[in-house]
Amino acid sequence: MSIIIRLAGITKVYQVGDESVHALDGINLSVEKNEYVAIMGPSGSGKSTLMNIVGCLDTPTSGLYELNGTNVSEMNDNQLAKVRNKEIGFVFQTFNLLARSDILHNVELPLIYGGISSSERKHMAREAIARVGLSDRIHHKPNELSGGQRQRVAIARALVTKPSILLADEPTGNLDSKTGNDIMALFDTLHKEGNTIVLVTHEEDIAEHAHREIRLRDGKVERDEPVKNRRIVQASSNVGVA
Amino acid sequence: MNYAFDEFKEGMLIAFQAIRANKMRSVLTTLGIVIGIVSVTLMGTAIEGLNRAFNKSIAAIGADVLYIQKWPWGGGDDWWKFRNRRDIRMQQEKTLERLAETASAVSPTIGASRTVKYGQKYIEGVIVVGTGYNFLEISGANISFGRFFTRTEGDGGRPVCALGSEVAANLFPNENPIGKTVKVGGYAYDVVGVVEKQGSLLGLESLDNRVYLPITRFFQEFSSRWGGISINVKARSVDQLEDTKEEVRGIMRKIRGLSPRQEDDFAINQQEMLVQTFNQIGGVIAAVGLFITGLSLFVGGIGIMNIMFVSVTERTKEIGIRKAIGAPRRTILMQFLLEASVLCLLGGIIGILIAFPLSLIIDQVLPTAMPVSTVLIAIVISLLVGLVSGFLPAYRASRLDPVDALRYE
Repeated sequence: MSIIIRLAGITKVYQVGDESVHALDGINLSVEKNEYVAIMGPSGSGKSTLMNIVGCLDTPTSGLYELNGTNVSEMNDNQLAKVRNKEIGFVFQTFNLLARSDILHNVELPLIYGGISSSERKHMAREAIARVGLSDRIHHKPNELSGGQRQRVAIARALVTKPSILLADEPTGNLDSKTGNDIMALFDTLHKEGNTIVLVTHEEDIAEHAHREIRLRDGKVERDEPVKNRRIVQASSNVGVA
Repeated sequence: MNYAFDEFKEGMLIAFQAIRANKMRSVLTTLGIVIGIVSVTLMGTAIEGLNRAFNKSIAAIGADVLYIQKWPWGGGDDWWKFRNRRDIRMQQEKTLERLAETASAVSPTIGASRTVKYGQKYIEGVIVVGTGYNFLEISGANISFGRFFTRTEGDGGRPVCALGSEVAANLFPNENPIGKTVKVGGYAYDVVGVVEKQGSLLGLESLDNRVYLPITRFFQEFSSRWGGISINVKARSVDQLEDTKEEVRGIMRKIRGLSPRQEDDFAINQQEMLVQTFNQIGGVIAAVGLFITGLSLFVGGIGIMNIMFVSVTERTKEIGIRKAIGAPRRTILMQFLLEASVLCLLGGIIGILIAFPLSLIIDQVLPTAMPVSTVLIAIVISLLVGLVSGFLPAYRASRLDPVDALRYE
């Protein structure tokens, strides 16, 4: 299997007043294609910082980050923007949709920045929206949708560029447990279809959807092991399967 | 190419969404630009109108005519020097007329103010112009009734005259003036013709409140202390004016017996000198006027910049989202530049729509003109104001750190 993400000796140091805070302190890890990884840890453990670096929103203070064999740890802003556009699909806790645009336009947006032609763009966006089951809401605005539907739109937007990895930061954090389960079922399906998924969560039962669990503490990898009790969920059900 | 267009379209979409979402704010901000554009456009219009009025009013002087006189137009600081110059005499005119080869016509003129009477009607303060038979050829005016006096009448000093249109209309409201006898300063003259309406010179002196009569007669009846005359020389064309000027200058120096070391003791005046003087004064007025009205546009631009900073701050999160899904800096920069430009352009267009009817109202008092170039310049300026005042906020937006921007609430 090919390696998608390779982190070697990643550190991130923030300067707070006179003090240096080591948010990440020598992270080494690799993620292979079609892995399903959960990153866990208490607040302040550095999981958000790691997520930002893996998502190319931020660059490490030191260390090497290879995404699909390309060194992205020393790229400039515009190069990173391109990588984010082509290689990474983000799903945020707060959905982060553009309130004034309809669903189609929201999903289309990464393709606009990616320079895809209008007709192809529309086609791809509709496909992605169909994939998350919202074809009948294509011209609705985000505020006309429920939380779960909004998160589906966000997932469609993340999928639409066919990225190398899906990065989800607490994707169920703003949803009730039933809706959250539906979203996780969607992630499970996407994984089965061959997507590589990295999700950040602090909820144990969300993490159990993944195949591999990485625990961070104080900016270091504390534990990195396969998930023993994998949770397989059907949409709108809550049945754990060993 | 295609990408740039899509990006532009997306930027326009965002700009209009943002303007629609903050209607009141957009209207108030745009108002600053509207006021700026209205005042600048009206000022430009007035200046243009002034120029046109000036050009129209000096047309009677003729672009291809030289006026040889004691005093230079536009004055000069050496009043006494001009005052002490020798007068220009009829004899010199005769000699010049004989010698000047490049001139198409040479004619003397002299003026005085007199009362003109016909029966019980009289007009005070009519300008009596003593001149030659070919005066009209030089001034470019036409006769509307009858004829001008002939060469024979002119040389012979016959008591004949041609009336300016205003004089004719006032003395002969209901009858044909040709063949009637009028009294000019107490002396009888037969009317042979009426000169067509010419308007006024520089909006001051009416060219129609005049009576034209032979200059030899003028000297006999209207005192010779007005000894100094003006010699009007018409060149064959405007292009040959400089050649004619040089020739006339040489002949005049010779006639007046100047040695090569002496400077000219006469002035060769031409329309160009008035144009230059006007352009100097007009240029200063225009610069000051446009600067002052430009200030209001500047204030409008500051308003745009201010509101764009607010807009960027408000939409920090949106900027973060766009960056997260791959918008490069350039795209964000363009998005906000477009928004500022659209605001300013709207202001510019509304401003012109307001300024145009206003210019028509002002036109009743002062001749104004709003040429297409003014409209285009106003639109370009408003666009530039948008780009300049939008740049700093847009630049700041484009440099936002995506992580911070996403975290912003």
